[in-house]
Amino acid sequence: MRLELSAEDQAFRKEMREFFTTQVPEEIRTAVLDGRELSKEQVVESQRALNAGGLAVPGWPVEWGGRDWSQLQRHLWHEEMQAAGVPLPLPFNTSMIGPVIAHFGSQEVKERFLPPTANLDIWWSQGFSEPDAGSDLAGLRTTAVRDGDDWVVNGQKTWTTLGQHGDWIFTLVRTDPEAKKQLGISMLLIDMTSPGVEVRPIQLIDGGHEVNEVWFTDVRVPGENLVGEVNQGWTMAKFLLGNERVGVAPVGSVKRMLVRAKQVGGDRLADPLLRARIADLENELLALELTTLRVVAHSAGGAPHPASSVLKLRGTELQQAASELLLDLAGPQSLASGADPDAGGTDAPGWARRAAPTYLNLRKASIYGGSNEIQRQIIARTILGL
Amino acid sequence: MDFTYDDEQIALRDAVRGLLARKYSDFEQRRRQVAEDPGFDESLWGELAEMGVLGLPFSEDDGGMGAGPVEVAIVATELGRVIAPEPFLSSVVLAGGLVALAGTPEQRTEVLGSLASGERVLALAHLEPGDPVTATPSGDSWTLSGVKEPVVHGARADQVVVSATRPDGSLGLFLVEGDAATRAGYSSYDGGRAARISFEDTTAVALGDPETDGAPLLEQALAGARIAACHEMLGGMEVALSATTDYLKSRKQFGVTLNTFQALNFRAADMYVSLELARSTALWASMVHATGDAAATREAAARAGLHVGKAARHIGQDAIQLHGGIAMTAEYLVGNITARLTVLERFLGDGDHLSVLAAGIDDHAALDPIPEPTA
Repeated sequence: MRLELSAEDQAFRKEMREFFTTQVPEEIRTAVLDGRELSKEQVVESQRALNAGGLAVPGWPVEWGGRDWSQLQRHLWHEEMQAAGVPLPLPFNTSMIGPVIAHFGSQEVKERFLPPTANLDIWWSQGFSEPDAGSDLAGLRTTAVRDGDDWVVNGQKTWTTLGQHGDWIFTLVRTDPEAKKQLGISMLLIDMTSPGVEVRPIQLIDGGHEVNEVWFTDVRVPGENLVGEVNQGWTMAKFLLGNERVGVAPVGSVKRMLVRAKQVGGDRLADPLLRARIADLENELLALELTTLRVVAHSAGGAPHPASSVLKLRGTELQQAASELLLDLAGPQSLASGADPDAGGTDAPGWARRAAPTYLNLRKASIYGGSNEIQRQIIARTILGL
Repeated sequence: MDFTYDDEQIALRDAVRGLLARKYSDFEQRRRQVAEDPGFDESLWGELAEMGVLGLPFSEDDGGMGAGPVEVAIVATELGRVIAPEPFLSSVVLAGGLVALAGTPEQRTEVLGSLASGERVLALAHLEPGDPVTATPSGDSWTLSGVKEPVVHGARADQVVVSATRPDGSLGLFLVEGDAATRAGYSSYDGGRAARISFEDTTAVALGDPETDGAPLLEQALAGARIAACHEMLGGMEVALSATTDYLKSRKQFGVTLNTFQALNFRAADMYVSLELARSTALWASMVHATGDAAATREAAARAGLHVGKAARHIGQDAIQLHGGIAMTAEYLVGNITARLTVLERFLGDGDHLSVLAAGIDDHAALDPIPEPTA
């Protein structure tokens, strides 16, 4: 047992802090720290700065830009990035499709897609969920039928996050309707400018446009855009979702929310009940962060620690609780969410105007990435043997 | 940053686990033991002494083993797993810990040496039901007056470490021979023992320098004991959860085993979440304690105390609920674990950790559990 970081890891942490606070534009980082939304261009600019420094895709194989870091170093990279207000590298690119292509793709597919994926020259969307395939992903119905060298795709995806920005979409499609449901699925990469692809916005309760439906009508996809083998899609999906669960506890972002609560609390911080609420959340977050450190220290060979479900479950609960705290602090000022301060439309500060949309938006956190009920099921079955 | 035990620590854990299993693997033996005074097994206490467990945290010069808070935590966890009634926490960690902090070299050698060898059981008398106990100088020694209660294992203790208010209002620490005071011992709801101790011009010896302010030393010893108590609770919670999952898999209702019902499995999953988060916090607190930083240790004790205490309530309560009525009976382990968890959360006093932490939220922008390099 040892509390301190090794000298090597201390130096690593310092190096990361130095890079993030000097190489990513301050304007972008301030926006993140203030809880403002970023434009697509800002996300791209930030990731390109990281990629130029070799810090966008550390988890990938070394030959494609990965760094041979320990899990602890990856954790430090992730936390220092959040502490500095650097937007995390786009997860669709860096932690979802990138590792899948690097692991399962042909040499040709790797050469074609990995460099632009790391540099965010391609903005990827995720095409997994469908109206009847959420937590039960294997229920998907979008079909791909062979026609000469091409695949012809028909169907509908939904909850496609930031699909309005997407250049390409990685999809799970049914290629063998006769097979048992997990066995007839393949992974296809689809250019979103192809004829027959239509992106339709879904309006959400937070008033924003974050997710979309993506419709495919007789979309022709070249045969070489298949990743891995036909009907191997379920294996790749499990690989991808396993990666997704790592680093899932949003410790850095909840820390920022609690710091903000202290900053904006003002005179109200004299209220012992408010102080107790903040102190309790801080202490819960401490336990989560320490558990994250325990899990990363034990994640040998990249396989997720079984307790990583704890991180998803508790991390999203705390994220939601912190957003609720900020909303309570904003009180009636939160109603000014649609006002334009630049046009003199409100006196409410930015954090207060963002409080309710953030609170509402974060209800999704316990649903996506395997709902918290699914995580409880995983814990009960695979850890407790129930 | 490393949360794993090394080979020596694993060997210590296995040795203590093996010894305790011989005595307490059958819960019925623990029940028989706590039914009679002094409420623990004197011969097992001797075996723990022979193994070096009773001198574990004390320096070799003082007759101890020179180990640290992590080793103490390992022992406490094992004791917690079988809810052993032996007074390791109250006598060795708390009272002995305070002697190690405050005592003169001669006192440390004498008191800790005999504690480590199993000849002498100690207790700490610090909680007061009424007016503070007062200390008055009397030649080379002191006299104490007033009442301390509850003093855990106070009736059995050969020697009692007592906190008392000196004439100038400051807190002093004293050693009193056990039979020099009037003691009324009783059982507590976890099968443990506590006592009311009355001092009436009772002769006492100052522990360490009679001028030194004892308050910070007492607080430091309590912080160390709170962290050890968190580990003892962790041991109890581990067993409560595994007993519960075993029960869900074997107990039939409506013709099927209970783990057929998702509502019950989800509650067990939540118990696991509480346990793992509590484990992280407790292990971290031991590592902070091992750095020797008194202020950081006090804060870590409050943080672990709050978090582990909440987990203990959750796991203890749900272990009983998921077992059903059987867990309410005295002969079944799980309900007794919950009773013990309830004691452990309380007997060190000053347990309002949330108030302490709430008062200090302005002291930091954001918590960082990894210490910054000092150089």
